[in-house]
Amino acid sequence: MTSPGNQGPLLAVEGLSVFYDQFRAVDGIDLTVSAGEVVSIIGANGAGKSSLLKAIIGQADRIEGIIRYEGGDLAGSTTAEIAAGGIALVPEGRRLFPSLSVEENLQLGWEVGRRGEIGFDQVFGYFPVLKERRRQKARELSGGQQQMVALGRALLANPKLLLCDEISLGLAPLIIDQLYRLIPAIKQRGIGILVVEQDITRSLAVADRFYCLLEGKVTLAGRPGGTSRAIVMKHYFGS
Amino acid sequence: MMNEIIQGILLGGLYAMFAVGLSLSVGVMRFVNIAHGDLIVLVSFLLLTLTTRLGLSVIAATAIVIPLTFAGGYLLQRLLLQRVLSRNNNVLAIVLVTFGLSIIIQYSLQGIYGADTRLVSGGGIQTATIVVGGGVNIGVLPLAIFLAAVALVSALDLLLYRTRLGARIRAVSDDIGSANLIGLPSARIYAAAMGIVGVTIAVCAAFMSVWTNFDPTSGSSRLLIAFEAVVLGGLGSLWGTLAGGIIVAVAQSIGAHFDAGWQLLAGHLVFLVVFLIRPQGLFPK
Repeated sequence: MTSPGNQGPLLAVEGLSVFYDQFRAVDGIDLTVSAGEVVSIIGANGAGKSSLLKAIIGQADRIEGIIRYEGGDLAGSTTAEIAAGGIALVPEGRRLFPSLSVEENLQLGWEVGRRGEIGFDQVFGYFPVLKERRRQKARELSGGQQQMVALGRALLANPKLLLCDEISLGLAPLIIDQLYRLIPAIKQRGIGILVVEQDITRSLAVADRFYCLLEGKVTLAGRPGGTSRAIVMKHYFGS
Repeated sequence: MMNEIIQGILLGGLYAMFAVGLSLSVGVMRFVNIAHGDLIVLVSFLLLTLTTRLGLSVIAATAIVIPLTFAGGYLLQRLLLQRVLSRNNNVLAIVLVTFGLSIIIQYSLQGIYGADTRLVSGGGIQTATIVVGGGVNIGVLPLAIFLAAVALVSALDLLLYRTRLGARIRAVSDDIGSANLIGLPSARIYAAAMGIVGVTIAVCAAFMSVWTNFDPTSGSSRLLIAFEAVVLGGLGSLWGTLAGGIIVAVAQSIGAHFDAGWQLLAGHLVFLVVFLIRPQGLFPK
């Protein structure tokens, strides 16, 4: 994970396929994310979105193709090395450690990550409610608060690249708005963000660019402003 | 009867010391180590060799053995148990592997040391007693064991709930998949936890080998009592394991007061009764 000059994109995925046993979940994808850019991956259930994120953080069973981060190939790197190098994931379904306190959950994000400017103060600034509840166990929080912890845990790793997997899943619209309002602030820090969502409207609203995935392949890519919703829907469902 | 209860409580310290390592692996790492008792006996024989051949005191021998058992636990987890756990999601595989390990240890010890019962010399501490009065005598060694068990449980509790390693161990225990996703080195964390279990094994072996006779097969016979202590206390609760050990031991001690043959049975019966009323244990996490 060397960083030569950094003229190219932060993340460059080239011809990536992801396999589970014999099943090909992702089929020859190319995509890039630059620093300070929000890229959305949209697609239906089973389109390969989560598999793509798993591959980037080094948790896929088997992959083909190349994942370049800051110009270096991630092949052979462990998730611990990738996290320390500056890629953090907000996993689907939050995946907090339920018996650990809010503070302990956040602390683990800090420990596995890269040293940087985002500390507890910043995260508690984004989510004041977490400061009040920092001694409570994660399982005692509401779904929205748990998602804040999951996002806070990833931010404390001081990522250069933040991967968000379905952060709106199962949450009230008001909470989702609150979480999505943070995306521009995170982007302002120069962090590249890859957002995976089933909710097309919300996803395209924050994105600089998007890729539409269908059955493991990129069927459409572009800028939200330059593509009509009808065309996106067509590629989303493949009809 | 007062005397039986006091002796039972002190014996409970020994049971808890035996069970606390098992409690960590069952409650925190979520697997059953059938060879736990055999590992304690293995270390007891190691202490026997160090004290008789090199003339070391039990305390000096234990100080030498503790780093070895930490390393042994770490490597056992990393090289054997973790491979079994990661390739098989069922509980049976790890039970079979540790059962095999149990047999290997028992027969190896029989081959090297023979089947005789042994005792490690504690330098006179075994016979020292404190006369409390009212017909109650407290052995210095059982009292020391009880206090050591309380200290051991306190230390493990602090380690698990007040240190960074402890938080990592609990995180991996909560959700190993999530730990992997955020980049925690779960295999190394579990190995460190098993290294800590190894330290409890050394401490337990030191006290047990001085207080009670042991032979190559004693480990598996005592494993049952340790399981009862763990289940009675509630999975994942170290203080619960101490309480469970005391309950079983007091029941045994009172049972033996009426008839020597009732000793073991009384312990098992109390376990069964409590288990039927509170299957989740006394202090479930």
